[in-house]
Amino acid sequence: MNHLDQLENKSVYILREAFNRLDKIGMLWSLGKDSNVMIWLAKKAFLGQVPFPVVHVDTGKKFREMYEFRDRYVKEWGLTLIRETCPPIEEIDPSLPVAARSAARKTAGLKKVLDKEKFNGLIAGIRRDEQATRAKERVFSPRGQEGQWDFRDQPPEFWDQYKTDYPPGTHLRIHPLLHWTELDIWQYSLRENIPTISLYYAKDGKRYRSLGDEDITFPVASNASTIEDIIIELQTTNVSERSGRAMDHEAEDAFERLRADGYL
Amino acid sequence: MTQHSDSAVRDLLRIVIVGHVDHGKSTLVGRLLHDTNSLPLGKVEEIRAMSERRGMPFEYAFLMDALQAERDQGITIDTSQIWFKSGKRNYVIIDAPGHKEFLKNMITGAAQSDAALLIIDAVEGVREQSRRHGYLLHLLGIRQVAVAINKMDLVNYSEARFHEISREYRAYLTELGVQPTFILPVSAREGENIVSRSAAMPWYDGPSVVGALDSFVSEPLSSNLPLRLPVQDVYKFDERRLIAGRIESGRVSVGDEILFSPSNKTARVKSLEVWPATLAQPAQAVAGYSVALTLDEQIFVERGDTISHIANAPIETDVFRARLFWLGHEPLTTGKSYKLKLNTTETQVQVQKIEAVIDTGDLSSAPALQVERNQVAELVLRSRRMLALDAFNDKPATGRFVLVDEYDIAGGGIISMEGYADQRQLITQRSTNIVKLDQGISDEERARMNGHRGGVIWFTGLSGAGKSTLSMELERRLFANGYSVYVLDGDNIRFGLNANLGFSPEDRSENIRRVGEVAALFARAGMIALTAFISPYRSDRDRARAAMPERFHEIYVQADVQTCESRDPKGLYQKARRGEIRDFTGISAPYEEPENPGLVVDTAAHSIDECVEQLITYVEANFSLRTVGRKAG
Repeated sequence: MNHLDQLENKSVYILREAFNRLDKIGMLWSLGKDSNVMIWLAKKAFLGQVPFPVVHVDTGKKFREMYEFRDRYVKEWGLTLIRETCPPIEEIDPSLPVAARSAARKTAGLKKVLDKEKFNGLIAGIRRDEQATRAKERVFSPRGQEGQWDFRDQPPEFWDQYKTDYPPGTHLRIHPLLHWTELDIWQYSLRENIPTISLYYAKDGKRYRSLGDEDITFPVASNASTIEDIIIELQTTNVSERSGRAMDHEAEDAFERLRADGYL
Repeated sequence: MTQHSDSAVRDLLRIVIVGHVDHGKSTLVGRLLHDTNSLPLGKVEEIRAMSERRGMPFEYAFLMDALQAERDQGITIDTSQIWFKSGKRNYVIIDAPGHKEFLKNMITGAAQSDAALLIIDAVEGVREQSRRHGYLLHLLGIRQVAVAINKMDLVNYSEARFHEISREYRAYLTELGVQPTFILPVSAREGENIVSRSAAMPWYDGPSVVGALDSFVSEPLSSNLPLRLPVQDVYKFDERRLIAGRIESGRVSVGDEILFSPSNKTARVKSLEVWPATLAQPAQAVAGYSVALTLDEQIFVERGDTISHIANAPIETDVFRARLFWLGHEPLTTGKSYKLKLNTTETQVQVQKIEAVIDTGDLSSAPALQVERNQVAELVLRSRRMLALDAFNDKPATGRFVLVDEYDIAGGGIISMEGYADQRQLITQRSTNIVKLDQGISDEERARMNGHRGGVIWFTGLSGAGKSTLSMELERRLFANGYSVYVLDGDNIRFGLNANLGFSPEDRSENIRRVGEVAALFARAGMIALTAFISPYRSDRDRARAAMPERFHEIYVQADVQTCESRDPKGLYQKARRGEIRDFTGISAPYEEPENPGLVVDTAAHSIDECVEQLITYVEANFSLRTVGRKAG
């Protein structure tokens, strides 16, 4: 069993556990490289099916390529798509820094979809290596009535026994990719031939390493124009993955505040 | 372009860093990352700025202590993970908090690791959490442990101090039965003996921290153990019926005959399914793989069944011993029930006995009535139903469990079967080709000897209707008249024959099935069996009748709920009204009245004596040879 097989089989176990233990689940599909791997893993887990809806929380400000990708693969992968529009910026806490306030629209959109669909489990493709507060996450992570994350008192999680009991009105976030790294994602995408959005590949010396809203996401300098190039770049770079995501860098605790409030 | 076969994917080892608070865990992690060039660009500057903002000296701990509360208070609250690589392979470093109050987070971190690095401060020496963490690593099954004696710079790199601490800690671990793989002197702050051997400690000739980590192995060899594949789910998305689960140990091949425990069904593996369909289906799968298999026949299988081969099957038992660490907010107490999660099985278990609470400091143990948060204890747990499990020392992955208190995982334990039997043979009816033999003595011969026929008087009615009272009184009177008679009473039987049954509908049915069979045996032995069971379901009573169809007399002991509740001899109605008893017949569970009883005894309208007279007449008429004879004559 090599490293990618280990990652894949652990994720499959987590997805099957979520599907079995929770009544109503959905998978968040941001259209990025991670959530495409996640859908792929679901098809592995359920032998070609994705037996729950995928949810796109749409800020309306994604790149054109992302929308095209979504519309194509909903059909090709046979997905049930729930699209939820985020509320306008005016409805979001004005005390947040500019980019974080913009990102918080997504949290609000998420709450809307939770209310509407009554999900008790939301599968999200976050990884520990992306960001230091995500590194502290659990695989099955409880969220309060308002979707908030109590990072001061997280449940114990060991021996692949996850928290699957929760009080009414709360929900769980399930993180099947938590143990993956950015490099793992690309190596696996290459091995499995998983489709990805063209924005990840360098054009004119720039590429996106992480995709978000068009106005708060910036490309990094790179000449990596294929997956193979990206893998080589990641093996040598020491620039962090989310350096192009403005909301992470406005204040020391900007991201923590977003996450505590229910952001991914 | 470069080759990208799977061989380009590097091996990964997960290392947990544990130890007493402030012994330098986070600093050592920072140093490892820095000295192996694993830090992202600008990270050191970022940490320097954070430190300055808080008026602190440069703190590597800020690398992993990402939460504001952690940074402000200078403590690690929750476990974190960070990646680094040596020349040999990739590592995940799992940082675990050293504060006692965050023990659940330490365990969360440690349980995910392949090996551990335990840090002890050279100045402070061995402290409470140094011992407790060592103990828990052992309990969690982590066998590869390197002990780093840190802050050697503060003791002038003293060889004597190093040996003093290593002797003390080694003695502790030896008592636990653990051999530390390495004990090494380091200074995380100065970077001594981290990546390369230290010039400051020429007296030390062992490996550096990275050298020690590189010598650990990353994959346990559980594929050589017997097969254990707990069923996680059963899918029927298309024409295939797929049994899904992860192989915890051993290997399974297409064509293997497999056994499902505790249901004890067998079938053969028809295929190991994979997606995409263009991939070749494997002929075999080994430990670690999440598989989906199909069977050669459609047997009922459900989540919680454990697949094994017929030889080397798991233990079946409803009682086992455990060593447990408790993380619950409320103490664990004797008699209380918790939800057990054992692989994919979930069931209620009751704490039968707390044998001892263990002091992880000096390893002494003492009796206790409850187990407090963060304590370790030895227990006996009893389940309401048969479980398929293993002893942790034989098969770790299927020999450990967690307990859930309300919504929370509140403890974890490892199983020992010391002093308890594998009950598999007691409950398995695998006999085929059996032939029923006629008894040598006929019913008539027995009846002549006893002066009456054998049979079953089956009382049914609500709790408090008078079944037990009437049956005991009737037994006394019949006995005095020379009858061979015996009462099978509901509670009495539940203390013995049916002690392993609860009050769910399924268990109640099983309860009645067994009593029906036993009553029939009494009857065939020539006796009159009086049974006093609520037996609320018609179909259950019909099954009991089927066991002794010739002389089965159903007696309806009639009294309405109000009358029974006003009597309430066992206080059960009160408990049921308070919601303490669920599925209580007449209150929260149905009672199906007999359609065609042999006799109705109305205890609300008549006194006990009147009712007993009525019953005596009935029994005489139906069982006594003298009466029958008189009638015939």
